[in-house]
Amino acid sequence: MWMLKRTAFTLLVGAIVFVAVFPFYYAIVTSLKSGTDLFRADLWPTTVSLANYRNVLTEGSFVRNLINSLFVSGAVVALSLLLGVTSAYALARIRFRGRSALLFTILSVSMFPQVALLAGLFELVRMFGLYNSLFALIFSYMIFTLPFTVWVLTTFVRDLPVEVEEAAILDGATPWIIITQVFLPLMWPALATTGLLAFIGAWNEFLFALTFTSNNAQRTVPVAIALLSGNSQFEIPWGNIMAASVIVTAPLVVLVLIFQRKIVSGLTAGGVKG
Amino acid sequence: MKLFHAFLALGVAAMLVGTPAQAVELSIVSGDTGDGIKVLREILDRYEKDSGNKVGIVVMPTSGTDQFGQYRLWLAAGNSDIDVYQTDVIWAPQLASQLVDLTAATKDVVGAHFPSIIQSQTVNGKLVALPIFTDAPALYYRKDLLDKYRAKVPATWKELADTAKLVMDGERAAGNRDIWGFVFQGNAYEGLTCNALEWVMSSGGGQVIEPDGSISINNPKAAAVLDMARGWVGTIAPPGVLAYQEEESRGVWQTGNAVFMRNWPYAYALGNGGGSPIKGKFDVAPLPAGTGEGARPIATLGGWNLAVSKYSKHQDAAIELVKFIASPAMQKYRTLKTSNLPTIQALYDDADIARQQPIVPRWKQIFLNAVPRPSAATRIKYNEASSQFWNAVHNTLSGDGTAANNLADLEAMLTKLKGRGW
Amino acid sequence: MIRMEPEKARAAHSSLTAQRVRSAWLFLGPMLLVLAAAAGWPLARTVYFSFTDASLADLDARQWVGFGNYFSVFSMPSGRVLYDGLLVDPVWWRAVWNTARFAVISVTCETILGMIVALVLNAKFPGRGIVRAAILIPWAIPTIVSAKMWQWMLNDQFGIINVVLLNLGLTSAKIAWTANADTAMAAILVVDIWKTTPFMALLILAALQMLPREIIEVARLDGANPWQIFWRVTLPLIRPAVMVAVIFRALDALRIFDLIYVLTPNNVHTKSMSVFARENLFEFDKFAYGSAASTLLFLILALLTIAYIRIGRISLDGGR
Repeated sequence: MWMLKRTAFTLLVGAIVFVAVFPFYYAIVTSLKSGTDLFRADLWPTTVSLANYRNVLTEGSFVRNLINSLFVSGAVVALSLLLGVTSAYALARIRFRGRSALLFTILSVSMFPQVALLAGLFELVRMFGLYNSLFALIFSYMIFTLPFTVWVLTTFVRDLPVEVEEAAILDGATPWIIITQVFLPLMWPALATTGLLAFIGAWNEFLFALTFTSNNAQRTVPVAIALLSGNSQFEIPWGNIMAASVIVTAPLVVLVLIFQRKIVSGLTAGGVKG
Repeated sequence: MKLFHAFLALGVAAMLVGTPAQAVELSIVSGDTGDGIKVLREILDRYEKDSGNKVGIVVMPTSGTDQFGQYRLWLAAGNSDIDVYQTDVIWAPQLASQLVDLTAATKDVVGAHFPSIIQSQTVNGKLVALPIFTDAPALYYRKDLLDKYRAKVPATWKELADTAKLVMDGERAAGNRDIWGFVFQGNAYEGLTCNALEWVMSSGGGQVIEPDGSISINNPKAAAVLDMARGWVGTIAPPGVLAYQEEESRGVWQTGNAVFMRNWPYAYALGNGGGSPIKGKFDVAPLPAGTGEGARPIATLGGWNLAVSKYSKHQDAAIELVKFIASPAMQKYRTLKTSNLPTIQALYDDADIARQQPIVPRWKQIFLNAVPRPSAATRIKYNEASSQFWNAVHNTLSGDGTAANNLADLEAMLTKLKGRGW
Repeated sequence: MIRMEPEKARAAHSSLTAQRVRSAWLFLGPMLLVLAAAAGWPLARTVYFSFTDASLADLDARQWVGFGNYFSVFSMPSGRVLYDGLLVDPVWWRAVWNTARFAVISVTCETILGMIVALVLNAKFPGRGIVRAAILIPWAIPTIVSAKMWQWMLNDQFGIINVVLLNLGLTSAKIAWTANADTAMAAILVVDIWKTTPFMALLILAALQMLPREIIEVARLDGANPWQIFWRVTLPLIRPAVMVAVIFRALDALRIFDLIYVLTPNNVHTKSMSVFARENLFEFDKFAYGSAASTLLFLILALLTIAYIRIGRISLDGGR
C-alpha cells in the first residue's frame, strides 16, 4: 500500500514536471535543427547545429534588445518598488479618510484593458517627448506593475507587528526614517516576490513595446522575437524563433531558480492573505 | 557587389538626384522580411552615398494586420518620426488622407510602371504611393507526379480537384500517407480573401464588390464555387488548411507532401533552394479557372509600395528617396536578389533578369491578369468588408452554414456596412 | 515610558496624527500621479472617444454623438425601426460569450490543477526544490514566446503533438488544432492553462505553507482521512487566499489578448473582447466604436469585481 502510494505520487510529480518542461525542451530541440530538418518532428535532435543561435545573435540587434529589456525591466522593478514601499506604508499603517476607496481604485487599475489605453497613452508619450525611448516603456509598464506591487506590499506591511513601529514613533522618528530603517529590512521576502513579478511582467510585455518604439535599437526582446524574419516574405523562421525564445527565457528561468524559495515565502508572508 | 556598382552609374544618371543643401535624416518603416530588409538596406546605403542623407529602417512584424494597425496609430497621432511607409497594395485608399500626393513629383517616372499598379495607388486623382514590387500568385504543381500519373496541368478547378485526387490516392496507396492534393491559404485572414476572390471571379461570380461599389457576391456562381471549395477540405486538402497562411502551405508543399499549391512567387526560389526535397521537381502555371460563362483564370494583385507621410518634416527628401528605391535600376537590383516582381514594364524584357530569375518574364502574363481586391471601391471600410468576406468564406469552408446562406448573410452585412455609400 | 498629562498627550497625539496623515499623502502622491497619468488619463480619453464619432483618419474632426456607439434607433421613412450600436451587435456579444466561456473554463481548470500542484509541492519529498523551480518555467516564458512554441507544437503537419498522438494510436489522422472551430478554443485553453497554472499553484502553495501544522495533526489524530482533512480543514483555511488568486486570474482571463491574437487572431469562434476592441480601434475605420467596446469591457470587469468582492466577502482594504 505504502509502495503503491509512493509510486503514484512519484508518477504524479513526474507528469507535472513533464508537462511543465516539455514545451521548453522541445523549443530547445527545434532551435538546434536547421533546414528541412525543422519540418520533421523528432523528440530529440538528430543533428546539432548552433546556426540558429549564431543567426539570432549576430544578425540584427538582438544583443542590444536584450540589454534594453534588462534596463527597462530593472528600472520598472526599482521604480515600482520605491513607489510601492512608501505607498504600502501609508496605506497599511496610517489611518486617513478614503483609504479603502483609494486601495480599491488602485486595484481597479488592473482591470483596465490595455488595448483601451493604447491610444491615450500614445498621445501622452508623444506629449512628454518620450516616444521611441525606453522611458516610455518604463512609464507605461507602471500600469500593471504598480497596482499589484502596492497591493502585495500593503498586505505585507499590515501584518508586521505593531510594536516595531511604536518604539520608533516614540523615539520621534519621521515616517521616512521608519520606512527605511524599520520596515525595509523586514520586507525583503515581499520585495523579492513583487520585484520578480514586476520584472517578469516588464520582460514579457509586447503591445506597448511595439507601439512606443520605432527603431530596432530601442526595442525589447519580445518585439524583437516577433520581428525575427526569415529568408523571404511569409517565411516563418521557426529555428531562429525557437533559438531566440530559449535565449529570452533562460534569464527568467535562472531568476526563478534563484528566487523560488523567496517567491513562496514572500507570498506566504504577505500577498495572498485576503 | 560588382553588379551593384554597375547599377549605381545607371541609377545616378537616371535619377539626377541633386545633393540637398543640408543632409537630413530620414526614416523608412517596412514589414518586409529577411532578404527584403537586407536588400532595402543595400539600396539605402547607395542612396546615402549619393545624397548625403541618412536613412534608418524601422522593421515591423511581417503580419499585414500588425503593420496596418500600427501605421494607422502613428499617422493619426501625427508622428513625424517616420517619413516613408512601405504599404500594401490595398492600403492606399485607407491611408490616403494622411499621405503626400506624389502625382506632380513623379510624373516623369510613372510612365515606366504598369498603369494598373499606378491606378491601384491613385485615390481621388492623387497618387499616394509609388510601387516598388508587385505580386501575383500562381499554381505550383509537381511535374514529376503529374508525369507519373500522365496528368496534364489543370486548367479548371474541376480538373485540379480530379488530378489532385488521382495523384493523391495513387501515392497514398503506394505508402506515402502524408501526401495531400492541394494546399492553399484558408485561415481567416486577408489571404483567404485573395484565395476566395480568385475562386469566385474565375468562375464568373463577380469580384465581391464591383468597382462601382455595388455588392455582387450573393450569386449562384459564387455559392457554387464556394461549395466546391468546401468539398476540397478534408478530401484533397488537409483539414488544417483552414488555419494555413502562406508559410504553412509552403511547409506542406516543400516537404513534398502536396501535389498542388496556390502561392506567391517567393515560394519558387525557396522550393529550388539547396536542401529542398522538391528541388527541380516542380513548376508553375496560371491558377485554374472555373467553367461556364465568364470563366477565366484570375490572380489577385498583391505588391508593395512606398508612401510619404504628410507629417514628415523632410517631405522633399523623402519623395526623392521613394523615387530612388522605385527607380528601374533599384528594382532590377531587387529582382535579381529576391525574385520579387518588378513594376517597371521594361524589366520583364531584361536579359539579366531573364537569365538569373527566369520565372520573372514568365510571370508577366499571370500578373497582367491579376485583379485588385475591391479596396478602391470600399475605401476606408475595406478592412471590415474584407473581414466579413473572409469570415463568410471561412464559415462555409468549415461547414458552418451553406454557401448560399452565408453569402446571403454576407450581402446583408455588407449592405449595412456600406450604409449610404462606401 | 514618560508619563504625560492627558491633555498634552492628546494634543501631541493629534498633531502626530496630522503629521502622519500629511506624510501619508506625500508618500502616496508620486504613486497616484504616475497611475493617474499612465492609466487614468488614457482611460478617460477612451471613454470620451466612445461618445464621439472619432475616426483615426482624422481624429480632430470628431463630433459628439452621445450613446450612439452603444445603442441607437433609426426610424426609416418606411416606418421600419432599425437598432444599431454595440449593445445590439452580434459580433460583440459573440466576443463577450467567447471571453466569458474562456475565463470560466480556464480559471476553473487552473484553480483545480493549481491546487493539485500546490498540494504536491507542499509535501516533503527529495528534489522538491528542483520540481518547484521546474513547474515555474511555463510562467516565466514570455506569452508571445509560449504562443509561438505551442503554435509550433500544435502545427497540424509538423507538430510534435500530432505525431505523438498518431504514433500512440490515439488519433487516426492529424488534427488541425487551430483551424477547427471546436479545437481552436481548446488549443487556446490548453496553452493558457499550461502557462498560468504555475502562478495559481504558487499562490495556493504560499497559503498552504502558512497553515499551522498542528491543526492538520490534530485532525489526523482524530482519525480523519486525507480526503476529509482536505475538504474539512485545509480548504476552508486557504479559501480566502484562493478567492484572491481567482479574482486576479479572472481579471487577466477576461482581458485576454496576446495569446488569441498570436494563435487565431481572426477566428470568430475565439475572438475575445480585447481582440474585438483592437480590431475596431485600429484595423477597421471604427475608432469610436472600438473605444466604446473598451469602455464596456472595463465596466464589465469593474462590476464583476465588485460583485465578487461583495459575494465572496473579501476584504481588500486591510482594515480589520
